[in-house]
Amino acid sequence: MDPVVLSRLQFALTIAFHYIFPPLTIGMGVVLVWLEGAFLKTRKPIYEIAARFWTKVFALNFAIGVATGIVMEFQFGTNWATYSRFVGDVFGSALAAEGIFAFFLESGFLALLVFGWDRVGPRLHFFATLMVALGSIFSSVWIVIANSWQQTPAGHHVVPVIRDGEPVFQNGVPLLRAEIVDFWAMVFNPSTVHRLVHVWIGAFIMGAFFVMSISAWYLLKRRHEEFARRSFDGALVLATVASLSALVSGHFQAEMVYHHQPAKMAAFEGHYETGPADMSLLGWPDDESESIRFNIAVPGGLSMLLHQDPNEPVVGLDRFRPEDRPNVAISFASYHIMIALGMFFIALTLLASFLRWRGTLYRQRWLLWIFVFAVILPLIANEIGWVAAEAGRQPWIVHPPVEWKADGSDVVVGPGGVVVYDETVALRTVHGVSPTVRAGQVLGSIIGFGIIYIGLGAVWVFVLNSKIQHGPPVIGAEALVPGSAPSGGWKPSRLLEVIRKEAAKRRRLTRDKERGSS
Amino acid sequence: MSYEALCITWFLLLGVLLAGYAVLDGFDLGVGILHPFVARTDRERRLSMNSIGPLWDGNEVWLVTFGGALFAAFPHAYATVFSGFYTAFMLLLLALISRAVSLEFRSKVKTDGWRQFWDWSFFAGSALATFLFGVATGNAMLGIALDEFGDFHGTVLDQLGPYPILVGLMTLSLFAMHGGLYLYLKTEDELQKRVRDWMWRSWGLFLVFFMITTVATVAFVPRSTANFQHFPWAAAFALLAILAVANIPRALYQQRAGQAFASSCVLIVCLVGLFGAASFPNLVTASNDPSHSVTIFNAASSPKTLGIMLTIAAIGMPFVLIYSAVIYWTFRGKVDLTDHSY
Repeated sequence: MDPVVLSRLQFALTIAFHYIFPPLTIGMGVVLVWLEGAFLKTRKPIYEIAARFWTKVFALNFAIGVATGIVMEFQFGTNWATYSRFVGDVFGSALAAEGIFAFFLESGFLALLVFGWDRVGPRLHFFATLMVALGSIFSSVWIVIANSWQQTPAGHHVVPVIRDGEPVFQNGVPLLRAEIVDFWAMVFNPSTVHRLVHVWIGAFIMGAFFVMSISAWYLLKRRHEEFARRSFDGALVLATVASLSALVSGHFQAEMVYHHQPAKMAAFEGHYETGPADMSLLGWPDDESESIRFNIAVPGGLSMLLHQDPNEPVVGLDRFRPEDRPNVAISFASYHIMIALGMFFIALTLLASFLRWRGTLYRQRWLLWIFVFAVILPLIANEIGWVAAEAGRQPWIVHPPVEWKADGSDVVVGPGGVVVYDETVALRTVHGVSPTVRAGQVLGSIIGFGIIYIGLGAVWVFVLNSKIQHGPPVIGAEALVPGSAPSGGWKPSRLLEVIRKEAAKRRRLTRDKERGSS
Repeated sequence: MSYEALCITWFLLLGVLLAGYAVLDGFDLGVGILHPFVARTDRERRLSMNSIGPLWDGNEVWLVTFGGALFAAFPHAYATVFSGFYTAFMLLLLALISRAVSLEFRSKVKTDGWRQFWDWSFFAGSALATFLFGVATGNAMLGIALDEFGDFHGTVLDQLGPYPILVGLMTLSLFAMHGGLYLYLKTEDELQKRVRDWMWRSWGLFLVFFMITTVATVAFVPRSTANFQHFPWAAAFALLAILAVANIPRALYQQRAGQAFASSCVLIVCLVGLFGAASFPNLVTASNDPSHSVTIFNAASSPKTLGIMLTIAAIGMPFVLIYSAVIYWTFRGKVDLTDHSY
């Protein structure tokens, strides 16, 4: 097998597994700050109990995020050495800034957040929580800057590599590399802000749905109800606002992608022929016939979206040589699934918010059940959004610039009516791989990561589940069972007993009440 | 600052990051190496893990930042090292992952089998990572065969010669001792007595490996001794290292465990300093042809980037030092088990 294909597979596998955790920690960080802030303000113990419980879950997610994150940093060098030599001056700087500004911040204050409850006062603890949340947001900043630079490079120039005063030639071709010319132009390259905002929104949706899933389950099981309602309320606000924002942010991002990576946009929409473009809602792109099968589309939809005019032409895949096009099927499918999920989040959170406003949300058991399982959807949306972003960038690992005609109606094309990219300032993915790494080595490491990650994933779900079953300390448990105070050495078996008793009591009460009223 | 001065500054800063990593993660790796031997009961094992609980994660960030800084400052060296030591790095990653998750998972389920599994995976991850760091250092001292573009075409077996293995074993005993000294400060009673025994054992073991490695280095790595003639001040590192090794038993006899741990920190810094002085200006030495070596001058990023990175470091590092100090101060004293422990 081909080391390039294997290295791409390994990167996809390891980043997909890693990316389960960062959105969770970024999103949950916001929830933690809110809960602890509410505690500091109101001093109601329920907020502290909630914060302590979510902190434990947060710590578990964080640890796996850290453990699987180092893999990413190392892989640029192990599998993509040529790429690293080409981009190190630019990409490496962002990565180093991430270490210094973000990782130290979050890992340092995480210690206080998780282990410091009894060692520091509540104000300092709140500060630590704030810093961890900030740190996890910062850590997304620099890596998204680095990735955005690959998509829409700026603030750099490409120059020959000079070693010992001489340019280096490999197979008669001078070796090139990218160097920073304007740091802030590199940082704020055309796609950074759009993509960063979208990543954060995705993380907030993820974290909020995670909290809502567990809370909904408690509500359905009539356990920790006060705790669950408070957590659900806060997370629902976050989820609703974030889901609506995702739509707006996605729209602006689509315009930006079209301008800087028109081939990617065309692949997203399966738009083969330059001209007025429909917006496909459902279908399957077929490269052979260059059309979308089973297509259900809004006529002129894409033209409308990009140009606010349904008849305005949109650049299609026919402007690009076949070897310069991304894989249309993967781009189309991932992009459409992401959007469909985004629309579903809007519908679901608006419905839930409406019912919450009417005061009947927590009686809609069917809806709570949907929330229990809906947690998987933002995970898929986050992952598949990145699939769209990265698969759509292909065949480039560093995308070349695209020239537009002065009136912006079409891209500048060369002979044959296709775009002729300046390949000296870009890098193809196939050329980025390490020259000395063999397929067998990569296959070996894929198997190693595969085994470890499957085990890790299973243990994570198992431990998470047992934490959820365990739940936060029950308020008033001391009064029910003498000697089982929730702080310090409380036994789960006894707690379960308490919970069962409490649940039975509550069921009895509600039954009596219902009977009484009828 | 001239380009040359910038390159040298970044070489020194990388040295600082590496020394910081070795001193800090060194003790928590060491705790992992001693873990199944010194801690017998479940309570003791939880104490052992919780002694590094709030700290290990921040310590590991030094490695991540070292990797990032190497990538940014000397991308050519980063690419050569990481692709050249492919298999070793993959093993290192698996070791670091299993170690990290063992800490997190172990105390979550209350069955013997579960806990023993994670105890041993904590040990194996820590020991393997430490050994690999030593082997990598050994290879960096010896040099590896590089082609004219700085690429290594051999296999992992070429990197497992006697000298790298010797340095690997020395590193194992060094971190075990370092971790033992740390654990001694953090524990009490029975556990502390057992830690004390293992501390002595690992000190003795380290002394043996240290002497053999020194002799082997002088005998087989002529470039390193030649370098010391260029930089006579580097002898201070050697002298200080020897004093630090000798001071550890002295301080222990005088019941000054803190001083013994400080000596061990100084020792590690000196060893990293010696490694740096022996390698300079090479980042990766080509054993086949010196002109193929990856040096700080032919591997560096542009002066502009090195300057930007220096600004980033100047802004960031004081903060890093401040919060590290706050965290270490907050978690000072003997380790105890609470509701929030592992």
